Amino acid sequence: MTDVVHFPGAQAPERNYRVSVSGVGIAVHEWGDEAADPLFLVHGGLDFARTYDEFAPRFAAAGWRVVSWDQRGHGDSEHAALYGWDADIRDAIGVMSHITNLPAPVIGHSKGGALMIQLADAHPFRFSHLINFDGLPSKRPMSDAPEHERSRMMASDLAGWLDHRRTTATASRKPDTLDGLAARRARMNPRLPMEWLRYLVTAGGRHDPDGWRWKLDPSMRFGGFGPWRPEWTATRMPGLGMPFLGVLAGQAEPMGWGTQPAHLDQFLPRGGRLEVMHDAGHFVHIEQPQAVADLVFDFLDGGR
Amino acid sequence: MTTVFLTHNRVQLALHVLRNDNGDGNGNGRTLLLLHGLGEHSPSEVPEWAAAWPGPVAALDFTGHGASLSPAGGGYSAEILLADADCALAHLGDVTVVGRGLGAYVALLLAGARPRNVRGAVLCDGPGLWGGPSGPTSSSFVTLPDHTGERPDPYALIELARDLRPRDYAALFARLAVEQSGIDDPIAVAAVVRPPWLTAVVEEMGVVEATLADALVTYSV
Repeated sequence: MTDVVHFPGAQAPERNYRVSVSGVGIAVHEWGDEAADPLFLVHGGLDFARTYDEFAPRFAAAGWRVVSWDQRGHGDSEHAALYGWDADIRDAIGVMSHITNLPAPVIGHSKGGALMIQLADAHPFRFSHLINFDGLPSKRPMSDAPEHERSRMMASDLAGWLDHRRTTATASRKPDTLDGLAARRARMNPRLPMEWLRYLVTAGGRHDPDGWRWKLDPSMRFGGFGPWRPEWTATRMPGLGMPFLGVLAGQAEPMGWGTQPAHLDQFLPRGGRLEVMHDAGHFVHIEQPQAVADLVFDFLDGGR
Repeated sequence: MTTVFLTHNRVQLALHVLRNDNGDGNGNGRTLLLLHGLGEHSPSEVPEWAAAWPGPVAALDFTGHGASLSPAGGGYSAEILLADADCALAHLGDVTVVGRGLGAYVALLLAGARPRNVRGAVLCDGPGLWGGPSGPTSSSFVTLPDHTGERPDPYALIELARDLRPRDYAALFARLAVEQSGIDDPIAVAAVVRPPWLTAVVEEMGVVEATLADALVTYSV
C-alpha cells in the first residue's frame, strides 16, 4: 500500500507552520501568494484545516492568500489539556492577528462557522465579509423533548461523558488500515466520495507502525453537553454589520445540524443572504465545490 | 495530610487526604470531599466544622489551582471541573461533598451526574458562587501570554468567573440528584447568597435549606 493518495483538484498547503497562542501550538496552513490579501477558512468540529485541500486552491488561484488552521487538538495542532469554545476563539484571534488585524473575508464551516459568528460579534473589525457553510444554529433536539425524557437523555449523556473522561489519560485512537479509516469516516459522511475520504486519511491521519489513526486528540468525542444552547448563537446574527452569506445544506446527514431556513429568516443580518444547496449535505463545499466557490466569488465581488 | 496525584486527561490533580479515618482511629466511614472556591486551594488540615465527620476527609485542588497542574492555553469550564471531581470520586468511592462558591456549583453538578455515588452535597458560600450570566451576553476575549504553571491559572480566574449558569440547567442537575440518588434530600443549600442558578436549585422539590453543621449531621448517618 502506498501512503500517497491523490484526489482531483486537491493540493496540499504551500506553507505549514505553528503559531503559539498562550503556549498552545496551533498549526497554520496557507495556500497562494503570501503577499496577497488574506482570506481565512475555519474548519468544523472533529475536522482539520486540510479538509479545505480541494476548496482552498480555488481561492488561491483567484489571487487570495488563503489561511486556515487546525483548532487545538485537531490535525497538526498541539493536543491541549483543556478545550473550550472561548479557547477556540482565542486561538483563532491568535492566528488571525499573526496574519493581519485588518478586515478580511472569513469562511467557516459547521462549528467553525458558529465560532466565527461569535468572533464577528466580538471583533467585527477583523471581518470584511462573513461566510458560513452549514454552521448556522438551530434548536438542538433536546430542547423540545418532554421534561422526563430530557432528564433521561441528560443522565445518559453525563454518565457517558464522565466515563469517557476517566479513560482519556491513557486513551489512543483505534488504528486501522487506510481504507478502514476512510470507511469509518464514511459512516459520519455518507455522501462524500470514498476517494476523498481516503485522501483525508493521508492529510488528517498518521501512519503508525500498527496502522493509520486520526491525529485528533483521543480525549475528544462526538456530542456532549453543557449550558450553551445552539439557538443562542442566532441572537448574535441580526446585529452583524459586515456582508453575510450563509450556505445551508438541504440534505440531512449525521454531522449536520438540521437547521431549517425558516428558523433563520428573522435572524439574518440586514442585507444578509441565505442560499440553500438542496442537493448537498453538511459538507456543501466538498460535495459541490465549484457551485459553492462561485457563490462566494459572486458574494465577495458584490461586497467590494 | 497525604497527597495523591490523579490524572485527568493531561492534568495531574492533587487530592489531599486530610484525615484517613474517622478522627479517633476507629474504622472508616464514608469520605467527606471538600471542593474549594474559585482562586482558592484545598485546606491543609481538617477544618474545624468537619472535625466531627465520622469518616475520612479529603480535599481536591481543581485544575489550575493549588498543587494541581496549571496547563497552557486555558479552556476552563465548570463541566471540566465536574470531571476533575469525578476523578476524585473514582478514587475515593462514595462521598458526601461540601463545596464552597465555584466548588458548590461543581458539587451540584457532581450530585446530578453521579447520583448513586454522591451521598449528599452541601452548597456553601465562597468565591465564584455567582458565576457568569444565565444566557448569552456580549463577549470579550483576552489572550494572555504563555503563563504555563502559574497558579491559580489566570485563565481559570477569567473563564470560571463568567461561565454560563442557566437556571434550568442548574435545576436539571438538582432534579437528577433528587430522582436518582435514592436518598432523601440529596442536596442541602447552606449558602446565604442566592444567585439565580442557586435560587432555581432551592425551588426544586427535594432540595433542602440547612446550615452546614445540620447538613453534615444529616449526611453522616
